[in-house]
Amino acid sequence: MDFSAIIPALPGLADGLWMTLKLMALGVLGGVVLGTLLALLRLSPNRLLASFAATYVNYFRSIPLLLVITWFYFAVPFILRWITGEDTPVGAFASCLVAFVMFEAAYFCEIVRAGIQAIPRGQMGAASALGMSYAQSMRLIILPQAFRKMTPLLLQQSIILFQDTSLVYTVGLMDFLNAARSRGDIIGQAHEFLIFAGLVYFTLSFAASQLVKHLQKRLAV
Amino acid sequence: MNYNWDWGIFFKSTGIGSEIYLDWFVTGLGWTIAIALAGWVIALLLGTLLGVLRTVPNRWLAGLASAYVEIFRNVPLLVQLFLWYFLVPDLLPEPLEIWFKQDLAPATSAYLSVVLCLGLFTAARVCEQVRTGIQALPSGQIAAGYAMGFRLPQIYREVLLPQALRIVIPPLTSEFLNIFKNSSVASLIGLMELLAQTKQTAEFSANLFEAFTLATLIYFTLNMGLMLLMRAVEKQVAVPGLIAVGGK
Amino acid sequence: MISIQNVNKWYGDFQVLSDCSTEVKKGEVVVVCGPSGSGKSTLIKCVNALEPFQQGDILVDATSIADKKTDLPKLRSRVGMVFQHFELFPHLSITENLCIAQVKVLGRSKAEAREKGLALLERVGLAAHAHKHPGQLSGGQQQRVAIARALAMDPVVMLFDEPTSALDPEMVNEVLDVMVQLANEGMTMMCVTHEMGFARKVADRVIFMDAGKIVEDCPKEAFFGDLSARSERAQQFLAKILQH
Repeated sequence: MDFSAIIPALPGLADGLWMTLKLMALGVLGGVVLGTLLALLRLSPNRLLASFAATYVNYFRSIPLLLVITWFYFAVPFILRWITGEDTPVGAFASCLVAFVMFEAAYFCEIVRAGIQAIPRGQMGAASALGMSYAQSMRLIILPQAFRKMTPLLLQQSIILFQDTSLVYTVGLMDFLNAARSRGDIIGQAHEFLIFAGLVYFTLSFAASQLVKHLQKRLAV
Repeated sequence: MNYNWDWGIFFKSTGIGSEIYLDWFVTGLGWTIAIALAGWVIALLLGTLLGVLRTVPNRWLAGLASAYVEIFRNVPLLVQLFLWYFLVPDLLPEPLEIWFKQDLAPATSAYLSVVLCLGLFTAARVCEQVRTGIQALPSGQIAAGYAMGFRLPQIYREVLLPQALRIVIPPLTSEFLNIFKNSSVASLIGLMELLAQTKQTAEFSANLFEAFTLATLIYFTLNMGLMLLMRAVEKQVAVPGLIAVGGK
Repeated sequence: MISIQNVNKWYGDFQVLSDCSTEVKKGEVVVVCGPSGSGKSTLIKCVNALEPFQQGDILVDATSIADKKTDLPKLRSRVGMVFQHFELFPHLSITENLCIAQVKVLGRSKAEAREKGLALLERVGLAAHAHKHPGQLSGGQQQRVAIARALAMDPVVMLFDEPTSALDPEMVNEVLDVMVQLANEGMTMMCVTHEMGFARKVADRVIFMDAGKIVEDCPKEAFFGDLSARSERAQQFLAKILQH
């Protein structure tokens, strides 16, 4: 084993890591927004909307992420063509991001829903009593409290997403893992690069999860 | 990019032998189930053992189990799979390495790698659930076990585990479902499980929407079926007067 | 039967037991009482080594607890213990609860264990519930099963750690009745309890503890006879308990 070849490859690996982090950040952002929306639908008194959201969540939670990534990679160009009527080139990045957002939204939805349900019912009553509309109560009173409580869970899910971004390997997107694999293959040191990739993932993920644990303890007091 | 819908595609010939596309899905589902079940056996046995170790009054053993969990939880599944499939065989003693790389059929060596990988990966998660279950039991149960003259292993076997494993059936169910979903990574080392067969169908037939719809349906049904199965198990092992089960 | 010799125990800097010494002779019934936090439960748990202690020794039937060579599980199998929260094993049926340690610890045959268990269940008046699970019984019934479970091991001494304090008031007597019966049969018993009626009826001696120390250790007649001869703390405690 000779790890010295990794040093000249670092800039390329950094590009890969940047791609991974970009996918994670945008995936979390989109996932939380869509997930919150779904959670509000699931909790809405409108049965049709609630069951739509429930079906969405059950659907995405029962299929593998890898299937979603693969499918979207094939399907997004078709769908866009049907919508716009012309060939729109879509990169792997865009299709992967859509896949992550839609898939993770199902998981974020459940976290947000549990967070909202953990807020005592009296809070909603108090907000209404002050003359707030349903939307105002949610936006100003319920959601801020709920988000504070579920921050550790949201962060934990984000760490899972950070690891799951490596699945874009299947569509050839140059994320961190793929960058390491391809560089290692080219110079015939696949093992060293793979071990290095594993160590980097472990370090980042472990550090982040320790931070979340720390935060959880502070919030619990 | 004109799309020709054809839901009858699954009954058409693949052009390879006398196979129809549906045969591919059946084969793929077979692999998926074979991976998940074998991996689950490893995960359940090793995970329970690790969960026990995390709770024993011995810092070294508890620390060892804890380190295992952190390592296997913080490295992406796909990286772990590549390590098992590409790296570990090279580290084996030569006769084993030759056996693994040359004597085994490619599908078999990929299968062994993915089963081991998923089993060890999922064991870390099972460990955490089992640990939570054990810690949820009243501490008086351990005292009562000791007071009757049990030794620690007996307390775990006769008192703690039978109760803890019952409590953690719901979270274990979701890990059980996860291992089926996670088995799709096998497609990335060339094992023709369900997702790989779906991709192949999409590429061969150009009917990708139909192919992926069927795959989704199969995963969805599998998920539902396993969930019902686990609920039945939960009901079967429920203790009268202890835990209310099954939404009655 | 039990000889507690200068036992000291600390949780970190906090001393929970200081220099406790007493004896329980064969066939004797000793009641241990005292305010909560006085260390009485800790002391009784030291007797079968459920709680470790740092100094002193306890001899049970001439076997030392502090001796590292002592086989503690074997010793514990000869000491019956009844807990405040019963601690029946909820996943096992009543019969299984009665049999499990007989089979796994004493190595009795299943049939022998079952016969013994059912006889004891009969004795505590619960034979009809043999097939049920603990969760299906009332608290008082569960505690009677717990006593039977301890007796099934043919213990040389029985320890009771507040056996009635987790019970609804109407169930206290059914448990005390079993304990009185046991005392009358000559069982050696050490009971942590606030049930002074029980103490008056069957105790040979009463021990009063406060702040980790054994403050009073005297025959029942003396303990309840002349209150003015008791320590101030004991008088305060008894005044609170005996008022109702």
